[in-house]
Amino acid sequence: MGYILIIGAKSDIARALARQYAENGYDLYLAARQAGSLEPLAQDISVRFGRKVRCAELDMLDFDNHQAFYDSLEEKPLGVISAVGYLGDQEKAQSDFVEARTILDTNYTSVVSMLNIIADDFAARRSGFIVGISSVAGDRGRKANYLYGSAKAALTTYLSGLRNRLHDHKVRVLTVKPGFVNTRMTKGMGLPEKLTAEPEEVAKAIFTAQQGNRNELYCRWIWKYIMLIIKSIPEWKFKGMSI
Amino acid sequence: MNLRSWGNYPTCDGQALKFDDLDQLRTMLREHNALIAYGNGRSYGDSALSRAMVQMRPRDLFLHFDDQLGVLHVQSGVLLADIIRSIVPKGWFLQVVPGTKLITVGGAIASDVHGKNHHQAGCFSQFLVDFRLMLPNGDIVTCSATEHSDLFHATCGGMGLTGIVLDARIRLKRIGAKTIGQTTIKTANLRETFEAFEQYADSPYSVAWIDCLAKGADIGRCLLRVGDFLPKGKLDYKSSSKPAVPFSLPGFALNTLSVKSFNWLYYGKVKAAVSEQKVSIDSFFFPLDAVGHWNRIYGKNGFTQYQFILPKEASFEGLSVILKTIADSGKGSFLAVLKLYGPANENYLSFPLEGYSLALDFKIEPGLFTLLDKLDEIVLAHGGRIYLAKDARVSRQVFEQGYPDVDKFRALRCKYQMNKTFHSMQSKRLEL
Repeated sequence: MGYILIIGAKSDIARALARQYAENGYDLYLAARQAGSLEPLAQDISVRFGRKVRCAELDMLDFDNHQAFYDSLEEKPLGVISAVGYLGDQEKAQSDFVEARTILDTNYTSVVSMLNIIADDFAARRSGFIVGISSVAGDRGRKANYLYGSAKAALTTYLSGLRNRLHDHKVRVLTVKPGFVNTRMTKGMGLPEKLTAEPEEVAKAIFTAQQGNRNELYCRWIWKYIMLIIKSIPEWKFKGMSI
Repeated sequence: MNLRSWGNYPTCDGQALKFDDLDQLRTMLREHNALIAYGNGRSYGDSALSRAMVQMRPRDLFLHFDDQLGVLHVQSGVLLADIIRSIVPKGWFLQVVPGTKLITVGGAIASDVHGKNHHQAGCFSQFLVDFRLMLPNGDIVTCSATEHSDLFHATCGGMGLTGIVLDARIRLKRIGAKTIGQTTIKTANLRETFEAFEQYADSPYSVAWIDCLAKGADIGRCLLRVGDFLPKGKLDYKSSSKPAVPFSLPGFALNTLSVKSFNWLYYGKVKAAVSEQKVSIDSFFFPLDAVGHWNRIYGKNGFTQYQFILPKEASFEGLSVILKTIADSGKGSFLAVLKLYGPANENYLSFPLEGYSLALDFKIEPGLFTLLDKLDEIVLAHGGRIYLAKDARVSRQVFEQGYPDVDKFRALRCKYQMNKTFHSMQSKRLEL
C-alpha cells in the first residue's frame, strides 16, 4: 500500500500507532533518536503483520538535518504522524531556560521545521495526510505544565493553519488532542481510570479519525467537553484555581 | 494501587511493579518476598494477587514466526487475542484456546489452560516447544518437556509460583478457514447430555451449557455445541469492536428470577433437537469476550467461579448430586459449562484429568461459601478436584486431596528457594 512515516516513534502512542497502521496494510518508517532501540518493535511488527518496517535515525532537535533526513527516504510516505512530545520538568524550566527551550523546541519548533518540509512535498504531490499529536494541555495554560502546554497550543495553531493552507492541495491535516493516556510520560501520576485511555485505544481512534478525514480529535471524547468547561471558566476565577 | 482479578473478589492492596529491562526485574526478585507475575488480570480469584505484582503486559513483542513449522516465538505478555489476529490470516490457529482470548501467554502457561478440544488435544503446555524462565536468583533457564523438565512440569499449571516466564515458543495448527461448522444438540436431562458427549466425542471441539436451575427430571438438560473449522474458506479475521458493561450493576440485578429467565430464554430459544450453524471464531470460542467487562453484572462485591472436575466413572453420579444441591440452594449460576476431558498430563498442578468438569459462576453473597464447602465435599467424595485459576476460597485440605503431586511441587519450590520470592494470596492460603 505504501509507507507511513512516524516521527517520535519511541513513544507509547507511536508504538501503538505503528501496530495499528501495519495491521491495516501500511509499511512503516519509524524515526527517532537512537533508532537501534526501535529494532525489536520493527521485528515485532514484521512478525505480526508481515509489513516492511524501516527504522531511521532522527534527532528532532538537529533542525539542520531535517531536509537530509526526508530526502533520504527512498519511497516518499503516504502520510506522516508526529508523535513527538516532551513533558519536561515544569518547575525546573521556570528558572532554567535550557530546560524551557528543550520543551518548546521539542514540542513545537522541531515539529514545525520537519512538517514544513513534508507539507511542501505533499502539496506538490497533491496527496498525503499529516497527523499532529498535540495535547489538551494546549487548550488552556495551567501552572502545572504551562511550558509544555504553550508549546502544544502553538502546535495546535500551526496545524490549524497548515490544514487551511493544504486544503486546496488535497492534503488532510488531523490535530489530535489526547487527554490522559497511560504511558511512560504519565507513569506514577495516579490518573483517574475513567478519563485515562490506553495507547492502543488512542491509536485506534487516531486511525479511524485520519481515515475518515477528520480535522480534530479529542481522545477520549469526553475531553472535548472537559476542556470546553475548563476553557469557559473566566480568567479572574481561573487564576486562583489549582486544577 | 488496587489491582483486581476478574472476579473482583477478593481485593488486594498490593504494589504494581513495572520493569523496563531484565536487570530491573532481577532487582525486584531480590527485593521482594511475596511477588507474583500479573498478566491481564483474567484469572478469577487470588492467584495473581499479592503484595508485589509484576506487570507483564508491557512485555508484548512478537519475536519470530517460522511459517514452515508453524512455531511462534513471543514474549510472555502478549495476549492470545493478538496472536489470533496475527496468525489467522496466515492460515494458523492456536492448538489450545480457553474461553477467553484476553489472557497473556504467561498466564496461559501458569494456569496450563485448556479449551473445548481437551478431550482430543490436551492442555496449552503440550504445544510449547519451550519457554525461558527467570528463577529467584535471576538466572534464566530454558525449559521444555526434555530440558529442565522438572521446572517445565512445575511451571505449567504452577500459577506463577516458580519464576517469571519471559518468552515462549508455541506450536500452532493449520486451519483452512476462519469459520467453524457448529452442531447444536439440545438434551432433556443429564443422562442424555452424557450420551450426547460420548456420541460426539470425535468432534474436535465440544462444550455444553447446562441449565443449572432445572429441577427434578429436567436436571442436567443442556445445549451441547460441537464443531470444527471448515476445511476451506476465507481467512480475513477482524476482531469485532464490542459493547461493554459500563459500571458494576447493583447487587439485586442478579437474582434467582433474572437468572431463571435468562436460562429459560437461552435454552428455550433453541427448538430443534439437532441443528447446524456456521459461526465465527469469536462467537464459537470466545462468546463472553463480546461483552466487555461482563464481570460487572455481578455487582461491586464480585463473584467467584467454581470449577471442578470428576473422573469419568464418577462423573454422572457426582454431577447429579451437585446439580441437585445447587438447584435446591436456589443460588443461581448465570453460566454453567460442562465439558469432557481427555487424559491428565505430567504437570504437577494442571487441572484436567479424564472425566467431566463443570464451571459455575456465583455472585459473592452471604451463605455462598457454606454452599461451596458442601460442594467441595461432594467433589472430593467422587475423586475430583478444583481449578486454581478460578479459585479464591478453597481450603488447603480440600485442595491437597485433589492434587497428589503437590508435595513434589513444594519440594521443587524449596529446592530453588522459590518459596522465598514468589507468593500470591492463593499460595499463602494453600501453603504452596
